[in-house]
Amino acid sequence: MKLSTVAWHAGVIAVLVVVLYPIVWVVAATFKPSADIIGNLSLLPTEPTTGNYERAVEGMAGISIGRFFWNSTVLAVLSVVGTVASSALAGYAFARLRFRGRGAMFALMISTLLLPFHVLIIPQYAVFQKLDLIDTYVPLLLGKFLAAEAFFVFLMVQFMRTIPHELDESAKIDGAGHWGTFWHIILPLARPALITTAIFTFIWSWNDFFGPLIYLSTPDKYPLPLALQLFVDEASGSDFGALMAMSVLALVPVVLFFLFFQRFLVEGVSTSGLKG
Amino acid sequence: MATTAPTLPKEATGRPAGPRTRARRPGDELAGYLFLSPWILGILLLTLGPMVTSLYLSFTDYSLFTAPEWVGLDNYRRMFDDARWLKSVQVTAIYVAVAVPVKLAAALAVALLLNNKRKGQGFYRAAFYGPSLIGASVSLAIVWKALFTDDAVVDRALRAVGIHTGGWAGNPDFSLLMLVLLGAWQLGAPMVIFLAGLKQVPVELHEAAHVDGAGRWRRFRSITLPMISPVVFFNLLLETINAFQVFTSAYIVGGPNGSPAGTTLFYTIYLYDRGFSDFRMGYASAMAWMLLLGVGLITLFLFRTARGWVYYSGDKR
Repeated sequence: MKLSTVAWHAGVIAVLVVVLYPIVWVVAATFKPSADIIGNLSLLPTEPTTGNYERAVEGMAGISIGRFFWNSTVLAVLSVVGTVASSALAGYAFARLRFRGRGAMFALMISTLLLPFHVLIIPQYAVFQKLDLIDTYVPLLLGKFLAAEAFFVFLMVQFMRTIPHELDESAKIDGAGHWGTFWHIILPLARPALITTAIFTFIWSWNDFFGPLIYLSTPDKYPLPLALQLFVDEASGSDFGALMAMSVLALVPVVLFFLFFQRFLVEGVSTSGLKG
Repeated sequence: MATTAPTLPKEATGRPAGPRTRARRPGDELAGYLFLSPWILGILLLTLGPMVTSLYLSFTDYSLFTAPEWVGLDNYRRMFDDARWLKSVQVTAIYVAVAVPVKLAAALAVALLLNNKRKGQGFYRAAFYGPSLIGASVSLAIVWKALFTDDAVVDRALRAVGIHTGGWAGNPDFSLLMLVLLGAWQLGAPMVIFLAGLKQVPVELHEAAHVDGAGRWRRFRSITLPMISPVVFFNLLLETINAFQVFTSAYIVGGPNGSPAGTTLFYTIYLYDRGFSDFRMGYASAMAWMLLLGVGLITLFLFRTARGWVYYSGDKR
């Protein structure tokens, strides 16, 4: 290996160590006794313990951490199903069908791409309150089934446009209707876009804090981020180790998604500017 | 899907590029509306309806439990006498003005470092991107706060080199800077976009300049930077709009009052506090519209200045 290559690797790794230090530190910290976490810079615990995880798994307020994991999972899975389905349908209409008002509606969709959601939440909250849907998952999921995240509709449109029209035409000749063309031709070929949408939706839903914060009030229904915040409020200082362990556990699914799908994630960002 | 540099600003003005020559098929009309029906419902019920309503509510006194009462421009006028609102504007403005350039500079630096044909680039790119996925989570805000408390990792490391700041989390002078660093830590997403842009810079240009005796810095200033300026603009736009909307990290670090001493009272935090703790929903709606106005004006401003410094190859300029 050339000297310049060695120097390059050394330089990159040095920067990477600084960037990844917080993650490595917190994982190490979860195996240290509570009192030894804050001031301890070292990455190796002197007296390794799994006590933090044992207490974290017990959960809090009489609710086990499994419950919070389950809630997060339900929300994330339903979000993925809703977003993928509704965005793919809308994407097909915008990319493949010609109908009156398409141009105007497409422009409308684009203009909501960067709209701060703050101008929407107050009336949404008021309506959900009138419908007695506060403290249910409906407000958190309805938008997912109605393609409210314009980014993903845009992603689908962009991708479906690249699929050759000849394929639709031959399906037409074989007697396939719009649904048949969509289901048998377009969807299978749009798999990369579907996967990218699914992964990002899962991670965003998993990390979402604001939605659950305003809509949920029963701890039994809390997803992990909200449970963590409750834990901070209730146990600040008293059981630091368990708090760190719970934080790490909450990140595990996202990290797994990253490890398995990092190609889709990185490609998704570089081609569409999707945020992490 | 564009396969090269992101082209959102350009796409945004375009129409869906269907084949223009193709005749409208019978049945397309109905099928179009059917396939689009979830989106149409969503845009009406969850976007346009709420937008009109919140604009109306912003001119009312509304507390969720009583009927809205028309007060004209009162909510908007009151903001400018509201010390906490002014504070939240100040905090957010400082954050956007500092965090965005810091994050983009870090992202560009790492992208330049990674931009070559050596083995391992893909791995490093993914490794730097990782933090972007978890940076805005509650977990990471908790970790960040732990790193920056009194006598914790950062404090000790700084003391070792003779800098005594104490913990940053409870220190009004440093609490916002700590969140700026948390923002910069998520440099991965813009870095990946920079890297995609850097790959498009023709090697021949660099070689020619090199032959002409241009140094590294000169080539960066005169070739690389102009060539990637569309990507710089794209990142700048996206990161600016996102920075205005930071919520989770600030809430975990500073709570609904922006502790310590209101130094982390972000605009979105104050909006949440007025709307969902005090249920001053008329006032909170007015705040939301001021946010939209602010973000809109900044976006417009960025697009205006872009004409001067964003270079699209193929332009006749």
